[in-house]
Amino acid sequence: MADLTTDFLGIKSPNPFWLASAPPTDKEYNVRRAFEAGWGGVVWKTLGAEGPPVVNVNGPRYGVIYGKDRTVLGINNIELITDRDLYTNLEEIKRVKADYPDRAIIVSIMVPCEEEAWKAILPLVEDTGADGIELNFGCPHGMSERGMGAAVGQVPEYIEMVARWCKKYYSRPVIVKLTPNITDIRKPAEAAKRGGADAVSLINTINSITSVNLDTMSPEPSIDGKGTHGGYCGPAVKPIAMSMVSEIARNPATHGLPISGIGGVTTWRDAAEFITLGCGNVQVCTAAMTYGFKIVQEMISGLSQWMDEKGHTSIQDFMGAAVPNTTDWQYLNLNYVAKAQIDQDLCISCGRCFAACEDTSHQAIAMSDDRTFTVIDEECVACNLCVDVCPVEDCITMVALEPGTVDPRTGKVVQAEYANWTTHPNNPAATAAE
Amino acid sequence: MIDDGVLMNSPYTPGIAAQRLGSDELAKNFADLHAPLDRHEAMVAADRCYFCHDAPCITACPTDIDIPLFIRQIATDTPEAAAKTIFDMNILGGMCARVCPTEDLCEEACVRELAEGKPVEIGRLQRYATDTLMAKGEMPFTRAPSTGHKIAVVGAGPAGLSCAHRLAVLGHDVVVFDAMPKPGGLNEYGIAAYKSTEDFAAREAEWLCSIGGIEIRNEMVLGRDIALDDLEKDFSAVFLGMGLGGVNALSVEGDDKGGVEDAVSFIRTLRQSDDLSALPVGRNVVVIGGGMTAVDAAVQSKLLGADNVTIAYRRGRDAMSASRYEQDLAASSGVKLLFNVMPRAIHGNGTSAEIELEYTSTEGGTLKGTGETIRLPADQVFRAIGQTLHSDEGLTLEGRKIAVNETGRTSRVGVWAGGDCASGGDDLTVTAVAEGRDAAMDIHASLQG
Repeated sequence: MADLTTDFLGIKSPNPFWLASAPPTDKEYNVRRAFEAGWGGVVWKTLGAEGPPVVNVNGPRYGVIYGKDRTVLGINNIELITDRDLYTNLEEIKRVKADYPDRAIIVSIMVPCEEEAWKAILPLVEDTGADGIELNFGCPHGMSERGMGAAVGQVPEYIEMVARWCKKYYSRPVIVKLTPNITDIRKPAEAAKRGGADAVSLINTINSITSVNLDTMSPEPSIDGKGTHGGYCGPAVKPIAMSMVSEIARNPATHGLPISGIGGVTTWRDAAEFITLGCGNVQVCTAAMTYGFKIVQEMISGLSQWMDEKGHTSIQDFMGAAVPNTTDWQYLNLNYVAKAQIDQDLCISCGRCFAACEDTSHQAIAMSDDRTFTVIDEECVACNLCVDVCPVEDCITMVALEPGTVDPRTGKVVQAEYANWTTHPNNPAATAAE
Repeated sequence: MIDDGVLMNSPYTPGIAAQRLGSDELAKNFADLHAPLDRHEAMVAADRCYFCHDAPCITACPTDIDIPLFIRQIATDTPEAAAKTIFDMNILGGMCARVCPTEDLCEEACVRELAEGKPVEIGRLQRYATDTLMAKGEMPFTRAPSTGHKIAVVGAGPAGLSCAHRLAVLGHDVVVFDAMPKPGGLNEYGIAAYKSTEDFAAREAEWLCSIGGIEIRNEMVLGRDIALDDLEKDFSAVFLGMGLGGVNALSVEGDDKGGVEDAVSFIRTLRQSDDLSALPVGRNVVVIGGGMTAVDAAVQSKLLGADNVTIAYRRGRDAMSASRYEQDLAASSGVKLLFNVMPRAIHGNGTSAEIELEYTSTEGGTLKGTGETIRLPADQVFRAIGQTLHSDEGLTLEGRKIAVNETGRTSRVGVWAGGDCASGGDDLTVTAVAEGRDAAMDIHASLQG
């Protein structure tokens, strides 16, 4: 069986599945249950500075996007950092870490953007024996209005400055958690690295309003008739998270910077995908909040099975494997020509491919009186929409034309050589092929 | 009502007897065959629809309901809009949702039937939508300004009511003459009780008539109380939708013995009964026939407490006009299906005691007896071998039905016909609705001149 042990910044954990800083990791009771269920690590819910803790709303904290069978596709939350006393949290962290030395415990921290504030809290955290800290520069609601959370994460200079303080007053690994509520994710990642951070974790939640109640005209979740934007997470945000992860992994300035992947990880497959894009481990929240801690068992068994099938003996074997294949559009091979092909034995004649192509694409599918659907190669640009809307898996596939054959659409012979936009004659900035 | 504690009879009581089962068991037996979908179930069921292009289910529906559209309207939580989509094409969409052999129509054509043998539950979704709107008592149509025309409709069954409603919407006034005390035709008198619970047929007819401009005159039989010549004189047009009032005889020895009845009469009595425990049924029941009426009579006999119920059909299973689903329903209710047998004689001293059946074979397309016979105990024998036109009113016939063109025109100018009494189409509620609707459109077009 594959070895799922991970070593992230020197922090060992029996598997790459950590619980993200969030309600599931707010206190000792939950964290012990998580460890008993098999989670490799937790990022303890964000601690604030000493003094009276923050207060949460007393109405609903979550909004949700459902599938038709009330499948949870995405959750938005307006909960703040821990609303429990700092010392209570610190004592609990110390106790749990002592009892679970083989599991990772990272402490998430958010204090005002002043050196004294960080200098004050970091030794206290160090004393718990926790394996590292994660700087919450991502929380998009409530705390950002007080100059913390995303308000820091959106200013690369602040990230760099705070990361530097942390490295100065704390001896163990420092992870900077990034907010996606920003135009270019590479900038804060670069700043974190400049500040000396050991790793970044992303994404934090995305600014969102899940729905509007059309009777009360209040956004949901509604607190006494008013709503506010919350942080969106869950399966719906995974594509956004993976794109941002890949940007950091590909960026020469941050390439190699360890990444903890967060954003909609729900199954072992999601985790594997994040790892192939350069993550050293993943953090999970919504899936645990939807199904409970037990789901980690499926993540562990699924990842093990897949690794065994692929012959991967450790996480390192495939970490970052998809990064070299993630490129800019301009470098995609324009000489690659594919055509949609419909397997008539699998086709159930629903006609969705026809409607999609005829109404919204390239009129490249023909429909006969007996509801046989066939691709018109002369029109097909291989856009893949038919594949995407077909309800039958593998019924429509994209088949590459062999070099040397003629593309019926363009009348041109398919070239074997790679050629991209940078050298294409239609590109006014093309460099002439010598 | 008889309390279970003092039940007088049991399934094993000889002869024909009432009170074979207690009222609780009867109530359970005759409850809704399929419980209605609740909102969540409907949303989930609706989500399975692929919203096919030029959907095969629409083609398979005799009334051409835009099924993918109404299902999407359910999926987006607007069942009232879904109901309007259904009623646009089929004003008896509520009943059709209950009685349509969807397994032979829309659901058979559903691409998910092909894909995984599990079609979208179109019938139940249609019921969810139509029940939702009808529960609000809303009639989603308004009448056009009066045309001044008055049209006679004969028969308040599915064809007649469908025709009358469409004519009323178009601005015509309609008088419906019906032979029975209550409107609805076979919906009211001829369908198994568990398919139309809680007096649905009557409620639907009342709701349908809430459009206005429809006057129903009950217990008016064409040829007895009214004459076609008079209708033609008094009305701008006539639509005949009186169904098939006659019942085919068995024409075998003993057909006149006690205990031998028409299945349609048995079903009619059962449907109008307000105390099923008072309804007598045989210990050993044999139903002759292979259609829906045979299945409805057999299953309901069983549900009333008959010990042995057999459907005896003269051809093989595949030739049965009752769908495979209906056959399975009968079998799972405990009805025995006997194929390739035809009645030879009914024996008994004044009342039926046994039925003699002869095995059959088909040679060169002709059904013949093989000479081999069997006898089954039969206290009660139901004839369900088809119904016939009561009176042809001098109109040209096609086979044994009134000949009509595709819009329901008969051989007589100004007279349209549709439903079971007219040629063309299967003898289904949904087909009758389509024919009544289309005749109404043609009547309207011809009156607009």
